[in-house]
Amino acid sequence: MQYALYVVRRLLTLVPVLLGITFVVFLLLKLIPGDPAVTLLGVHATPASVAELHKQMGLDKPLYQQYLSFLGHALQGNLGVSYQYRGVSVSSLVFGNLAPTLWLIVVGMFFAIVITVPLAMISANKPGSATDGAVRAIPLIGIGLPSFWVGVMLILLLGLKVKILPVSGFGEGFTGHVQHIILPALTIALAQLPILIRSLRASMLEVLVSDYIVTAKAKGLSRSRVMFGHALRNAGVASVTVLGVNLAYLIGSTVAVEKVFALNGVGFEMYNAILGRDLPVVQAITLIFAVLVVMVNLLTDLAHAALDPRVRLG
Amino acid sequence: MTTLPAPLPTFDASTIRKRSGERNITLYAGLTLFALIVLAAVFAPLLTSADPLQQNLLQARLAPGSPGHLLGTDDLGRDVLSRILYGARVDLRVGVLAVVTPLVIGSILGLLCGWWGRWFDTIVMRLVDIVVAFPFYVLVIALVFALGQGTKSIYIAISAVGWVAYCRIVRGQVLVAKEQEYALAARASGLPTWRILLRHLLPNVILQAIVYAMSDIVLSILAIVTLSYLGLGVAPPSPEWGSMIAEGQNSLLTQWYLATIPGLCVVVVGLALALIADGLVNQFNKR
Repeated sequence: MQYALYVVRRLLTLVPVLLGITFVVFLLLKLIPGDPAVTLLGVHATPASVAELHKQMGLDKPLYQQYLSFLGHALQGNLGVSYQYRGVSVSSLVFGNLAPTLWLIVVGMFFAIVITVPLAMISANKPGSATDGAVRAIPLIGIGLPSFWVGVMLILLLGLKVKILPVSGFGEGFTGHVQHIILPALTIALAQLPILIRSLRASMLEVLVSDYIVTAKAKGLSRSRVMFGHALRNAGVASVTVLGVNLAYLIGSTVAVEKVFALNGVGFEMYNAILGRDLPVVQAITLIFAVLVVMVNLLTDLAHAALDPRVRLG
Repeated sequence: MTTLPAPLPTFDASTIRKRSGERNITLYAGLTLFALIVLAAVFAPLLTSADPLQQNLLQARLAPGSPGHLLGTDDLGRDVLSRILYGARVDLRVGVLAVVTPLVIGSILGLLCGWWGRWFDTIVMRLVDIVVAFPFYVLVIALVFALGQGTKSIYIAISAVGWVAYCRIVRGQVLVAKEQEYALAARASGLPTWRILLRHLLPNVILQAIVYAMSDIVLSILAIVTLSYLGLGVAPPSPEWGSMIAEGQNSLLTQWYLATIPGLCVVVVGLALALIADGLVNQFNKR
């Protein structure tokens, strides 16, 4: 019951955020210098045809009405028509490319967790040791790692020098997808490591000095039982939030990473739309990425509240 | 949706005690490294005689270590060392300047939110929620796309997105600081609000924002490099690290160093600033 109340309250906070997001995306159109109708028709368009297109696009109405009709269309899944590929609806273009991006995000996150947990555990197990020093150096070196450059380096080392993995595209069939997603996902994971390792190590160290860990040790539990069963479970809960916030950053870096690997996802589509000055597609992708982040944050918060009763009481 | 983009090392301003004689190696190492990078960028014309834009197809694709071209030449025969040094000028300048506006705007808003609260705080915090809902790169890319390629658009885009972090940091600090005795004393003695905010609160809350600014410079350099890689940043043929990586990717098999060197430069700049940030935290914790 208490949890249900929390869920309702949390869902209500989505309304202003989603309205704000759509408004920002709508405003992108207004930021562009020049008249969109003139851009579409070319400089030799007659004033009459420009006025006609204005009417068609609703540009002759006041700003708030334009926004409301944009919002209405977006809610119905109608995100406009691509400038670049005449007549192709933006939603079919974008949703058709969603799969590789979702693969990339999920597998990338999986790699990030699989690499982070053991490193942070080893490091927090013996603070001050040489291993700990090496692990602590990762965030310092890693903070300035451009994710796309990591991708280029992985292509160079694992794709071209030691030819073990494909370096571009999304492949055919399930095994093809898996093979093709490894390098891009690893790229994204490596770029996330600095922040994740730093935060998990810090919360592990914090948890390890708490009373219940002392109790667990005093009960005579094995070292690994204490570390994984008690410490990681509690430190992990705190890191879930950090993971959620980083997922937003990770989702953003897919644009450049998909370009590096020519992976035909939403991010690569955004790159193509930028090259083709295809505003409706850029708008739609910006909106979809933001909605994705909002959903992820919602899930993180709900998971956090389910794991930790203090959150839903607060 | 209430956490910061990157976990920050925290320090407690109330425990300021000076322990003299102890050196802060991390801070000095970071400052030295950063100073060297800045000097190399500033004195680029003295360090290399090569013009970063001068093409010479007869001298194209020279390997690093070739006479006269320490880091070799690219596909068009331009000197890589000279492009790296002049590229540092662009990336560092834009990276550092892009952080100034968000720092100022975000700190002022955070100060006012924390002090006043009420409707002002509610409105600004809703704005913050909206901005952080967008993935950083996606919003910056979309804004630069709309405003048009170039450094001016990059400044505007990074400022429009970046103020959020400073606002949250300063607001949080003010909420704590305004209940402390020195702030209550200042209020009780009837000082004007602006004076309490600027002379009493600001010096106590700004340190954390400045620590964050160090990693934010790295973030904005990464944004510029990424935008240029995608063809939205600094226009070619101007030397810039991100576009150098993009050009180098085309000849990865034959000249691996063309894409490798500029990336390493970004990593080194990141290392220098991370050391400074960590050093600052140590410094304040120690005192």
